[in-house]
Amino acid sequence: MAKININGRVVDVTVEPDTPLLWVIREQIGLTGTKYGCGVAQCGSCTVHVDGVATRSCALPISAMTEAQKIVTIEGLSPNSSHALQKAWLANDVPQCGYCQSGQIMAAAALIAQTPNPTDADIEREMTNICRCGTYNRIKTAIKQAASAARG
Amino acid sequence: MNAIDLSRRNFLVSAGAATGGLSLGFHVTLGEATGQGVSPEVNAWVVIRPDDKIVVRVGRQEMGQGTLTGLAQLVAEELDADWSKIETEYPTPGQNVARKRVWGDFATSGSRGIRNSQDAMRKGGATARAMLVQAAANEWKVAASECSVDKGVISHKGSNRSTTFGKVAQAAAKLEAPADVKLKDPKDWKIAGKPLLRLYQDGKVNGAQVYSIDFKIDGMLNAAIRDCPYWGGSLKSFDASAAEKMPGVKKIVRIDKNAVAVVADTWWRAKTALEAIKFDYDPGPHGKLDTAGINAMLDEGLTAKEAFVGNQSGDVEKALAGAAKKIEATYTFPYQHHATMETMNATARWTADKCEVWTSSQNAEAALATASQAAGLPLDKCDVVRMDLGGGFGRRATSQDYVRQAVLIAKEMPGTPIKLIWSREEDMLHGCYHPTTKCKLTGALDKDGNLVGLHMRISGQSILATIRPEALDKGRDMATFQGLNAGGAEGKLGYTIPNLLVDHAMRNPPLRPGFWRGVNNNQNAIYLECFVDELAHAAGVDPLEFRRRMMKEHPKHLAVLNAVAEKANWGKPAPAGIYRGLCQHMGYGSYVAACAEISINAQGTLKIHRIIAATNCGHAVNPAQIERQIEGSFAYGLGPLLMQEITVKDGKVVEENFDTYPILRMAEMPSVESIIAPTNDFWGGVGEPTIFAAAPAVLNAIFAATGKRIRTLPIGAQDLRRA
Ligand code: FES
Ligand code: FES
Repeated sequence: MAKININGRVVDVTVEPDTPLLWVIREQIGLTGTKYGCGVAQCGSCTVHVDGVATRSCALPISAMTEAQKIVTIEGLSPNSSHALQKAWLANDVPQCGYCQSGQIMAAAALIAQTPNPTDADIEREMTNICRCGTYNRIKTAIKQAASAARG
Repeated sequence: MNAIDLSRRNFLVSAGAATGGLSLGFHVTLGEATGQGVSPEVNAWVVIRPDDKIVVRVGRQEMGQGTLTGLAQLVAEELDADWSKIETEYPTPGQNVARKRVWGDFATSGSRGIRNSQDAMRKGGATARAMLVQAAANEWKVAASECSVDKGVISHKGSNRSTTFGKVAQAAAKLEAPADVKLKDPKDWKIAGKPLLRLYQDGKVNGAQVYSIDFKIDGMLNAAIRDCPYWGGSLKSFDASAAEKMPGVKKIVRIDKNAVAVVADTWWRAKTALEAIKFDYDPGPHGKLDTAGINAMLDEGLTAKEAFVGNQSGDVEKALAGAAKKIEATYTFPYQHHATMETMNATARWTADKCEVWTSSQNAEAALATASQAAGLPLDKCDVVRMDLGGGFGRRATSQDYVRQAVLIAKEMPGTPIKLIWSREEDMLHGCYHPTTKCKLTGALDKDGNLVGLHMRISGQSILATIRPEALDKGRDMATFQGLNAGGAEGKLGYTIPNLLVDHAMRNPPLRPGFWRGVNNNQNAIYLECFVDELAHAAGVDPLEFRRRMMKEHPKHLAVLNAVAEKANWGKPAPAGIYRGLCQHMGYGSYVAACAEISINAQGTLKIHRIIAATNCGHAVNPAQIERQIEGSFAYGLGPLLMQEITVKDGKVVEENFDTYPILRMAEMPSVESIIAPTNDFWGGVGEPTIFAAAPAVLNAIFAATGKRIRTLPIGAQDLRRA
């Protein structure tokens, strides 16, 4: 039994302590926007925020989490897709298959929260999530657009 | 959780989940099946609801390539519909079979999604429009020819009356369809041909999109599987005594002789228990196979006497014997894995008289046939609900093996829906690999530096020999020669070479091959276009000029090459430190060319700055989506060039995850400038063609920068410092 704080709710989950946060989110909480891609912290499909830090949830056992840590998934990023990044993603028609995009957006959201005016180099350094459809250039454009919109 | 605005397709999926699956009855028409009982089906392609919403039925599959949006645009165009009222719906393969395949072929591969459906779907749209207009004209007692349509509103000027599609749809549905309809001239297109945003993007930015891996249904259990990892090997025995006792485990089953699946309440528990099973395998006849052995097998083929001829003219032997200069080189293209972001998965529910499957497939009809066979039930007792794909790239077109497994597991637990998910490791070990081939090229230059003779000997694996042996032509796999053919609309060689021989020594290692975005064009373009660059340098002729000399009879190939050369300022000095390379090739009916701009620093680190790419795909249905496909295809196609390789050791694949099979990421992605140059006189493909232009252009630029020819891919750790 563990207690986690996810998208502003505290939830009890009954799982083995070595269960990765990803599978708790997908199978216990039932939020499937966070995706499985590799299970070994390589692809970033499973990226969520833990206290605002972009975290690959497939490699984080639930036993390492405390109730005090605030987890945010793509479903909790904003009401009605209203985060500046989500708007920029739509305006730039970023997604192709879309499978990686929850993770991309969560990684980008942590980046612009930390670095409100990211350079290309900042973006390339922080955005290491895999996209097999190859949407990287549009992701970069959307991040810059969202960052400038957020700065006002 | 936020309230989520579900897109219609997601809504249908959720509704299906809540009611125990979309209705799979074959005697139910689609309109009723989807809860739109009162919406008339004007014809198989077009359903119009009373609120004027138009549902376009699409047989082909969306998987990120934009086909769904493009096809909907074509139908909307012929309808003169209001684009904002367009929605789409996937008929199931069972419904297609029951209605004598009214929606045609569902296979979405070979860049055929739009070009092989456009005719039927445009006619579907035009026919529906004619019926809607006729219904309005009947009501007004005027001639249909006096009515016009704009954005779904039908008007009769003479009597100053108007109505909407939704209001006359019921009446229209009862009319006889006209036998002949005239399609619009593409130059009059208002919706098609425009760079519209893709449909259904919302769910991809807020997590609401339901992929097959996300599917849920009441009472569902989850399965993890391990199939024998040795190609040609078998499972002798396994010990599941520890796994059986692990939390959540419901059942452990052996299927298809060599695979063991754990069924548990959650997938994580199923996977954890699977890892506790001890397997004893017989590696089989290829237990010692490794990449070196495969390479040796291919090397032998490079000079073997026997080979299938793909393209031949003149007398290449004589031309080589009489050459002023003879050039020779051998290239190698390694095995690749599709690595779709969503691993293979399917949900199946089996009972003695019904089998239902929910999955992401590039060919739902093949999935249905697979399900029927595995279920031991006739086609009309099975169906497949088409879910969104987290990538296809040919993997989900080549084999429906995951569907077969899901059904076989479900058969062990009648009535219980089972969701089978492959771990990334399982996915990597049981791929449908892009085949490995080598090519030995021998070229003859005359004293003026013209290419007068060329022998391309390809040695390596045939995809069709394993995947579709019935498609072989007396043993010969014509797909091996993609882009190197003497003629045909699909992929014609763009050079006139008086003495030519392209032949293939088929050497088939036991790994299962598959269609991987671009398929055999990927290596064929590298072989030919890098060697042409080698020949140009040997002849002392500029590579663009050298190509042009051979392209007088190939104006469409030449036009795209000229377009990139012009945009790149070819022939004028590049900025300091930047080097350029060219490529042109034809595949999937489209003409493509690229110019890459790269730099290499003193440490030998390669940076691809920009790739300018041109495509002539005949008709450009949605230029914005074509642009996205060009970029995306480069991200996919540069992987094998830079870092990706599947290797084999002791009879099995070595690379089990992205730590050993690295994928191109943002930092390696060049900027891409697209030139979309449709000539509007044919229908070519889009999803694949540009992929093969990127790697040869970069390799030729590397030579320009370093004087080094990289002939074995990937570049990996090869030394790129200036020679
Ligand atoms: S699934 Fe977590 S990084 Fe790939
Ligand atoms: S959009 Fe398909 S993997 Fe990124």
